[in-house]
Amino acid sequence: MQIERTFWKVLIAFAAFGLVLLIAGKHPLQAYADTAVFVLGSLEGFTELFVRMSPLVMAALAVSIPARIGLFNVGGEGQIYMGALFATGTALCLAHAPSWLLLPATLASGFAGGAAWALIPALMRIKGVANEAITTLLLNYIAPLAVGYMIFGPWRSPESLSYPQSPKLVEGARLAVLPGTRLHAGLLIAAACLALCAYVLYRTRWGLEMRAIGGNALASQHLGLPVRSYIVACMAIGGGIAGLAGMAEVSAIQGRLVAEISPGYGYMGFLVAWLAGPSAAKTVAMAFLFAFISSVGDVLQITQGVPFAVVNILMAAILFSVLCGGKRAGALK
Amino acid sequence: MKLDTQRPAREASSPLISAHNIVKRFGNLTASDVDLFEVRSGEVHGLLGENGAGKSTLSKILYGYYRPDSGEIRVEGSPVSLRSPAEARALGIGMVFQDFTLIPALSVFENIVLFMQGLPRVLDRRALQKQIAEAAASLGTSMDLEVPAGALSAGDQQKIEILKQVLAGARVLILDEPTKVLAPQECSGLFATLAELRSRGYGIVLITHKLDEVLEAADRISVMRKGRIAGVLDRSAATQAGLLALMFEGRGTREMTRRTARSFGANALELRGVCTDDEGHAVPLGDVSLRVREGEILGMAGIAGSGQRELGALVVGRTRPRRGTKMLWEQDAGEWSIARLRQSGVAFVPENPLEIACVGGLSVAENFALGERRYRRGLGIDWPRVQADAGSAFDRFGFPRPPLGAGMRTLSGGNVQRAVMARELANRPRLIVALYPTRGLDVHSAQAVRDKLCASAGEGAAVLLVSEDLDELFDLCDRLVVMRRGRIAGEFEPAGYAPEAVGAAMVGAAEMQRAN
Repeated sequence: MQIERTFWKVLIAFAAFGLVLLIAGKHPLQAYADTAVFVLGSLEGFTELFVRMSPLVMAALAVSIPARIGLFNVGGEGQIYMGALFATGTALCLAHAPSWLLLPATLASGFAGGAAWALIPALMRIKGVANEAITTLLLNYIAPLAVGYMIFGPWRSPESLSYPQSPKLVEGARLAVLPGTRLHAGLLIAAACLALCAYVLYRTRWGLEMRAIGGNALASQHLGLPVRSYIVACMAIGGGIAGLAGMAEVSAIQGRLVAEISPGYGYMGFLVAWLAGPSAAKTVAMAFLFAFISSVGDVLQITQGVPFAVVNILMAAILFSVLCGGKRAGALK
Repeated sequence: MKLDTQRPAREASSPLISAHNIVKRFGNLTASDVDLFEVRSGEVHGLLGENGAGKSTLSKILYGYYRPDSGEIRVEGSPVSLRSPAEARALGIGMVFQDFTLIPALSVFENIVLFMQGLPRVLDRRALQKQIAEAAASLGTSMDLEVPAGALSAGDQQKIEILKQVLAGARVLILDEPTKVLAPQECSGLFATLAELRSRGYGIVLITHKLDEVLEAADRISVMRKGRIAGVLDRSAATQAGLLALMFEGRGTREMTRRTARSFGANALELRGVCTDDEGHAVPLGDVSLRVREGEILGMAGIAGSGQRELGALVVGRTRPRRGTKMLWEQDAGEWSIARLRQSGVAFVPENPLEIACVGGLSVAENFALGERRYRRGLGIDWPRVQADAGSAFDRFGFPRPPLGAGMRTLSGGNVQRAVMARELANRPRLIVALYPTRGLDVHSAQAVRDKLCASAGEGAAVLLVSEDLDELFDLCDRLVVMRRGRIAGEFEPAGYAPEAVGAAMVGAAEMQRAN
C-alpha cells in the first residue's frame, strides 16, 4: 500500500519533470525512452546504476546513523572528500607495501578521514559550541579545498601537468573491479555496512540505546546512558562510512585523486536517508532511485543537450512529491 | 456560530452540551461507550473515574478532538457534528488540558489575544487589555498581562487558560485533571473560579480521579468505569463510599498502613550545605542539609516549585552541587555520573515520567531493559529475562500488566507511571528518590505504590519521598522536611505531624505573620 503510493508519487515527480523539459523545448518522452534504453538496454548503463548505488548507500548511512540518535549530519559530501584524501595519502605513502597490507590500510584511512571530518562537529556539539547541522554543512566547503590543495600542490602528478590530479595509485591499492564494467568491490562494502548497521540497530543493545536516545535524549541521560559517547561514536562511524565511499571512488573508479571526486553523492545521500528512514530495504530502494535519476541526468546531457544540473529539478520534484502528505507533514499544521 | 457570553441560562430542559449513545473504539479497545452525558448551564459536573476509565476520551470527543464511531453530540438541544476542536470552540466548547497550551515566550496578553476570535487585523491594544482585565475581574482575579506566560506558576497559567476560553466565547469548559499540576492552596483558588463561572451560567466539566475534589466542587457527579458511565449522582446524594463503589465496582479500598517506629541503619544519602547554580527557570538550592538512613522514609513537603525537582536532579546526578557535599553511603558522590549512581542502587521516579524516565517510542519491555547491565547478553539483550522480570515486577505491585510489546507512548498516563515505578523498584534499589509517585494514579494503584515504598524501606532501602499529599506523607514517613524556595524550611518528627504546622512551614512563617 505504502510502496504503491510512493511509486505513484515518484511517477508524478517524473511527469512534473517532463513538463519542465517540455517547457524548455525538449522532448521528455524521447528523453525517458533514451534513458530506459541506456539503462536497460546496455550492460554499461545497467551496471552503472549499481556503481552509483554504492556511494549513495554509504552516504545515506552517514546521515542515517547519526539521525537515529537525533543528529543531523549534512556533511556527507565533505566526509567523502576527506575519505578520498586520506585514502590517497596512505596509498601514495605506502606504495611499496605488499598488497595484503596496502589495501586494508587504504580502506582504514578512508574510514579515518571521513570519521575525523565528522568528529569535529561531534566534539563541537557535545561541548555546546555549535549545532552539528551547521558545522557539518560548512565543513563541506572546506574538504574539497583541502583536496584541491593537495592535487594542485604536493601530490600533483608529474605526468599530467595540464590537469590537476594525483599520480595513479599502485595496483595493490585498487579495489577489485568486474572486468568490462565499472562495478567494483565498493558495492560489497556498502552492502556490508548496510547489513551491519541494520543488525546493530535492531539486534544489539547499542541499537536499543541509540533508539532510546533518538526517542528521548533527556530520559536516556536520566537512565545513565552515555549520550555524549553515542554522539561522538555515531557521527564518527557515519562519517567513516562516507569516507569509505570516497575511498572507493578513488581506489576503484578514478584510480587517483581528482578535484571532482563526488558529483554530490553526499547531498543525494542525505535525501536518500531522509526518504528511506531507518529501513535498510527502503535505503536500497531509494539509493536505486537516485542512481537512476543520476543516469537520467547523464543521458539528458548527451541526447537533449541540457546540463547535468537539471537532475536537481527532478530530485527536488521527487523529494517534494514523496514528502507531501507523509507523516512528517504533521509537525507544523 | 458565536455565543453571547452575557446571555442568561436557558431553560434547564436543554443542556448546554449532551452526548448520546457515544461509542469510540481504538482497535479492540472500547474506550468510550456512553449512553448519556450532559452538562447543564450553571453546573460544575464532576467526571470521576480511575485511570483509564475513559474520562479523557469522552472529553476529547466533546471537544471534537476524537470523532466518535457512533452516537450524537447535541449543543443546546440541536445535533452537531464536531469535526475538529476549532468547530467545537466555535460552538462554545472550550477545554483546558493537563498540559497547558500557552506559548511560554509570549506575554499573557499575547497568549490570550492569540486565542480570541473575530479580531480586526490591526489590534486595539488598549481596548483589548481593558476587555481582558474586565473578564479577569469578573472571575475574581487580576493578572499582569505583560509578563511572559512561562514565568508564571502553574496556578496562574491555568487561570490564563480558563480566561482564554471565556474570552473566546466558550460556554462549556472542560477541565482535564486541573488540580494535578496545582499545589493544595492553588486548588481552592481554582474551585473559587469555577464557582464564579457557575454563577454566571457556564457549564463546567471537572475531570478528576480524586473523590474529595468532586465532593467539594461539583454539583453533579458522573462516575466512569471501563468507558461507561457507571452512575450519575447529585452532590446531595453522593457519599465517598457510594462513589468508590461506583468507581471500583464494590472492590472497596484498604486502610493505609500506619508505620511503626523502627531502628535505622547508616546514612544512605546525606547532603551537607548543598547549593546549586541558578539555571534558567530552576529554583537554586540554598544550603540544603538532610540525611536519609537505610530503612528510613524521609518525606519532603512543599508547595510545587519550591526546589523539589532540583533536589531530585541533584540526588540522581543530573546536576552537581556548586557548594557543599553530597554523600552516598558515606562516600563523596558529588561527581558521580548518573550511570554510576544507578549502578550503585539509586532508583528515581520523577514527577514527569514520560519526559525524563522513559522513551515513548520504545516498547514497555525495551524501556525496562534500558541502561540495565544485568540484561546484557553478548552484544544483545536477554529479552526473555527482561520479559520475565518486567512481568513479575508488575505482578508484585499488583499492577495490571500492560502488553510488554506496546509502545510506551500508547499507554495512559497512569500506566506510564506504573511502568516506570515497576522498573525502578524491580531490582531492589538501595536508595529510592520518588517525586509525586502517586500523582495521577487511581486509589488502588496509589496504595500499591505506597505499600511498595514501605516494603522497600522495610528491606533496608532508604526512601526520599516528595509529595504534595500531606496525609500520604504523615502516613508513610519516619521524618518530614519542608522545602521552601530551595531551602529546608522545617523538619518534623512523627509526633509533630500536624497539617497546620507543616502548612505554616510550607508557605513561610514570616509571611503568615505579615498576613495576620
